[in-house]
Amino acid sequence: MAKTFTKSKLRDMASGYTFMSPVIIILGCFLLLPIAYAIFLSFHKVNLLGTVSYKFTGTANFERMLDDPRLWIALRNTAKYALIVVPSQTILALLLASILNMKLRYRNFFRIAFYLPTVTSSAVLVLIFMWIYNSNGLLNYLLELVGLPTYNWLGDPSVALLGIMIMNVWSTAPLFMVIYLAALQDIPENLYEAADIDGANAWHKFWRITVPQLKPVTFYVIVMGIIGTFQLFDQSYIFSAGSGGPNNATLTMVLLIYQYAFKNLDMGYASALAFLLAVVIMLITVVQRLIFREERLN
Amino acid sequence: MRAIDRFKPLFYVLLSVYALITFVPFLWALSASFKSLPEIVSGGIHLIPKHFTLDNYRTIFRQEPLFGRWFLNSAIIALSVTGFNLIFNSMAGYALARIKFPGSSLMFYSILAMIMIPGQLTIIPSYLIIKELGWLNSYQAIIVPMAAQATYIFMMRQFFINFPKELEEASELDGLGKFGLFFKVVLPLAKPALAAQTIFIFMGAWNEFLKPLMLMSEKTMFTLSVGLNTFKGQYISFWNYIMAASIIMTIPALLIYIFFNRFFVQGITFTGTK
Repeated sequence: MAKTFTKSKLRDMASGYTFMSPVIIILGCFLLLPIAYAIFLSFHKVNLLGTVSYKFTGTANFERMLDDPRLWIALRNTAKYALIVVPSQTILALLLASILNMKLRYRNFFRIAFYLPTVTSSAVLVLIFMWIYNSNGLLNYLLELVGLPTYNWLGDPSVALLGIMIMNVWSTAPLFMVIYLAALQDIPENLYEAADIDGANAWHKFWRITVPQLKPVTFYVIVMGIIGTFQLFDQSYIFSAGSGGPNNATLTMVLLIYQYAFKNLDMGYASALAFLLAVVIMLITVVQRLIFREERLN
Repeated sequence: MRAIDRFKPLFYVLLSVYALITFVPFLWALSASFKSLPEIVSGGIHLIPKHFTLDNYRTIFRQEPLFGRWFLNSAIIALSVTGFNLIFNSMAGYALARIKFPGSSLMFYSILAMIMIPGQLTIIPSYLIIKELGWLNSYQAIIVPMAAQATYIFMMRQFFINFPKELEEASELDGLGKFGLFFKVVLPLAKPALAAQTIFIFMGAWNEFLKPLMLMSEKTMFTLSVGLNTFKGQYISFWNYIMAASIIMTIPALLIYIFFNRFFVQGITFTGTK
């Protein structure tokens, strides 16, 4: 009896590791190893010419950040971007989800239609918006039509980032809408029935029941929005042809890292920047998870 | 209830306006792809082309002979990445959910931690590793590192943990080994989870921009997303060509979305509330 027991245990172990082996190899080589390598690179100066060589420089890469004006520009752009995009897309997503959650006809059609931008590649979306934004484009035509000032959306540093913001609210709000929609369906119906008995109107119910019940999801949506802001790359790269221009107006953190790594070939400093970015993002994620867990328990 | 009825027309108006906001950029791009350059330059805002033409589509394949190749590259990469992920993530998810072996909980928690690691951290070291392997400008440079993804391993594990045990027990009595059991019994029953995974992974790989941008410097190895970006640089202000090329890139993803959209919602609500 004991013998067959260990035998089956061994067999389970063998099959367990066989099933895991592709994943262990791939994630080990292309996720765990790169993480360790990234930390190593952050503290070194990397010479890429000829054979790759490293020189330990202690915290020099991190000290350099303090007086890197382009880093501060990228951070300022990110902050500006987050302040406008995150609230706009959250409110828009909640609004659309709340309307779709009512038992309206054709709601499925609208849901499928709204989600369309989210499945389209960022490369394509940027090109479509650049076509709409060009000086003789659709947007300026529409602005003129209603008597508003027109802009050189692609070349004017004061509006270039705004152009990317509009595009991103448009393309990411539907994703959060779907998350809100799922959460709305989880709100217990009896809360609303109780409110009905108390004679509450639809507006009261929305503010007193829906919004508080959605608090954890809203928190999740905001945190994901902020993280998305930190990770912005494709849009500003394609929009500015990799330069972050006009006049650094569309420079983002990841674009800055890309430029240092692949244009200046300064892999050590670029890794230090990426390391810092990752730490910030992970801290935000961890805080969100901790608070979210607590909310769930209450 | 009555309040909602009273406002119903307003809600329909809001939904329709937003649907218009969603559709107009796509329709405007589609319309430009069927117009000639003079018609685009002369301005005038009309959605239906005055002189409908397919020349733009013909021209991009003729002027840019690599366009077909980029399409092929994107397809090879996206399909391989999808295939590998379906098999590898499901195998790992199944092992973590159903097989008891030493180290399994350590692996499970490692995978949970990996989900939280932002991809930006590994961009530079991955590039250096792939360069060291001599994989730059090859398909495996993108396919292999993307062949398994922690998020979907977790998703499959959650799926298999709720799987009825009786099925497996019955098949085990039939003398199927763990592998036979997995491929003949378990995997066919996991279709909904696999479908959700297929869509997200295919879209992610098809639309990926940063990885091919950094790993593929030879023009023949570009994917459509990177090719489109250089194409834009070459044909600046030839919006008719750029829009035709954009439409071609959008069609495969669009078809998948239209046919499988119900799995999208399942997948998002899953990854959104994990």
